[in-house]
Amino acid sequence: MEIRRFETDILIIGGGTAGCYAAMTIAENSDRSVIICEKANIKRSGCLAAGVNALNAYITEGKTPQDYVDYCKRDAAGIVREDLLLTMSERLNKVTARLEELGLVILKDKNGKYAARGDRNIKINGENIKPLLAAAVEKLGNVKVLERVNIIDYDTSGGRINGAYGIGVEDGCFYAVKAGAVIVCTGGAAGLYKPNNPGFSRHKMWYPPFNTGAGYAMGIRHGAEMTTFEMRFIALRCKDTIAPTGTLAQGAGARQINSLGEVYEQKYGLTTSERVYGTVTENQEGRGPCYLRTEGITQEQEELLLKAYLNMAPSQTLKWIESGMMPSVSNVEIEGTEPYIVGGHTASGYWVDTHRATTIQGLYAAGDVAGGAPQKYVTGALAEGEIAALSAVEYLKGEHLRGELEGLEKVYEEAERFLLPKESLYTTEQLEEAMQTVMDSYAGGIKTNYRFNEKQLDIAERKIRQLYELSEELTASDSQELMYIYELRERLTVCRSVIAHLRARKETRWHSFGENLDHPERDDKNWYKYVDSKLEDGEIRIIYRDIVPGGGKVYEHSDRQG
Amino acid sequence: MSIAIDRDKCIGCGRCHDICPGTLIKLDSENRAYIKYPRDCWGCTSCLKECPVYAIRFYLGADIGGAGSLVHIEKQGDILSWVVDRADGAQITIEVDRRKSNNY
Repeated sequence: MEIRRFETDILIIGGGTAGCYAAMTIAENSDRSVIICEKANIKRSGCLAAGVNALNAYITEGKTPQDYVDYCKRDAAGIVREDLLLTMSERLNKVTARLEELGLVILKDKNGKYAARGDRNIKINGENIKPLLAAAVEKLGNVKVLERVNIIDYDTSGGRINGAYGIGVEDGCFYAVKAGAVIVCTGGAAGLYKPNNPGFSRHKMWYPPFNTGAGYAMGIRHGAEMTTFEMRFIALRCKDTIAPTGTLAQGAGARQINSLGEVYEQKYGLTTSERVYGTVTENQEGRGPCYLRTEGITQEQEELLLKAYLNMAPSQTLKWIESGMMPSVSNVEIEGTEPYIVGGHTASGYWVDTHRATTIQGLYAAGDVAGGAPQKYVTGALAEGEIAALSAVEYLKGEHLRGELEGLEKVYEEAERFLLPKESLYTTEQLEEAMQTVMDSYAGGIKTNYRFNEKQLDIAERKIRQLYELSEELTASDSQELMYIYELRERLTVCRSVIAHLRARKETRWHSFGENLDHPERDDKNWYKYVDSKLEDGEIRIIYRDIVPGGGKVYEHSDRQG
Repeated sequence: MSIAIDRDKCIGCGRCHDICPGTLIKLDSENRAYIKYPRDCWGCTSCLKECPVYAIRFYLGADIGGAGSLVHIEKQGDILSWVVDRADGAQITIEVDRRKSNNY
């Protein structure tokens, strides 16, 4: 591989929602040079490729940022970082105004105010939200976007980040980017568990299948502290198309019913995890399938729904048209997805301080990769991108030595080794399927209705370790296949941490998201705390931390070494 | 979930290749686009929106209820026309105006 070297003040890894906004913030607040490394093309990469139907995090009239914090805290049964949620919530409306300036269409009432959908949501046409962000980034003078460059590793020394390494997905080059500060915005992790439809449509999942948990894995490998991986996210979705249900539930007022026609949602509670759990339980007890009750909606409502889905999940509109089972005459069947690790919906991710600094000096995290602040959605990711960007700019004002890329040779040789022509018994795809089967069977996947016990987790851990060892022998014939090997290894690394976290929290605080059959009750006396972890000498060490108090206080890393 | 590219319509502009968030679309030796990894398509339809000659259509896999319908997108300014060709021959078009918000 040809080596291409770059140097920049700030490297942003991942040009999705948070990454693009971080770049815009840096350009507006400093003259620092920025490189964005993006594995695809920022115009449609990340979570918003198809679009998004609403902004789910907005402080509507009469509400305060603290109300949003309280909502998130309730939904997560207390395991959140109020400092992170509050600093995010205070920015939600500002970033929304910025989106509107960029050209996002937002529904307004006759007084010119945003039309709210419930307490926290506003309605938009979000089909082109990512192209709008990308266009704004492309206008920035100091920002260079390296497209189809997939970052595979950090360079750290003495607990400080010096830059990162990547592979060109198609050009076959090895990229070495030296940077004064790094903002990781790689999103969460999909594809750890066997998906709803593991055959031809295996990638028709809710979360982007191209978000492989790279940011988590690189952090774990370099000893960053991670938090709350045991709070997995499982989405309640339209069956088969895995399209969002919020548009039907909140937008059209559809209730969750079982096959007997009974509304069951009140029975189990209305938090995000309880809605999934209720659906799972109704099915288990023989009252499935479950639906969102859309029968009887008007023709006009139906037409608007068909359009709304085209702007975010076109497969659902196609499904309605192709099957002839239109929502006005046929309720929409729902199911839970496979579990994901995603810090924009639950609290999994990097353990960061209020400034979004990770425990690695010079490394900041924003969006789904950053922990402690669930329910970020689009605007929360933008807000975190802004906070992380401002923090990185501030950090560079200090007198920090910029380290050399000392790990280049090692990372380069590792990548080259996978490209050597050799016989490999297994393919990357086979090992990926094996990993998903292990997680499905032994770490609380769809197969076990998201439940697990510690004996199962022991088996999962052993098998995931074995798969990681087998992955050493994989071989790639081009750089895209090489990326697939790294993606698999990233997922395996994240799986190992998920298993360790699931085992560490000896209670069931969230149904379905973390349903520990050995400890089926919630235990506030012993478990109202964070479960964090760090990789040390190849082993995962669990760290328990007390809940960080709210009330506008700032949290600093006082004990980086844990 | 995947896409079908009409090789005869393809003009080899490469826009679908450039936009795909999974880098799944390639150009063959005659500079025509094809999807190299059909099982890895997310169904985001970004490529349909880029294609200037409507050569790309997307469909649901049989495993998620697909029954032979294909959809393509015709763009005129801010209007996106989603054209569904159903297996029974019926054609259904839904127009979406980018300047108008969703009502839900």
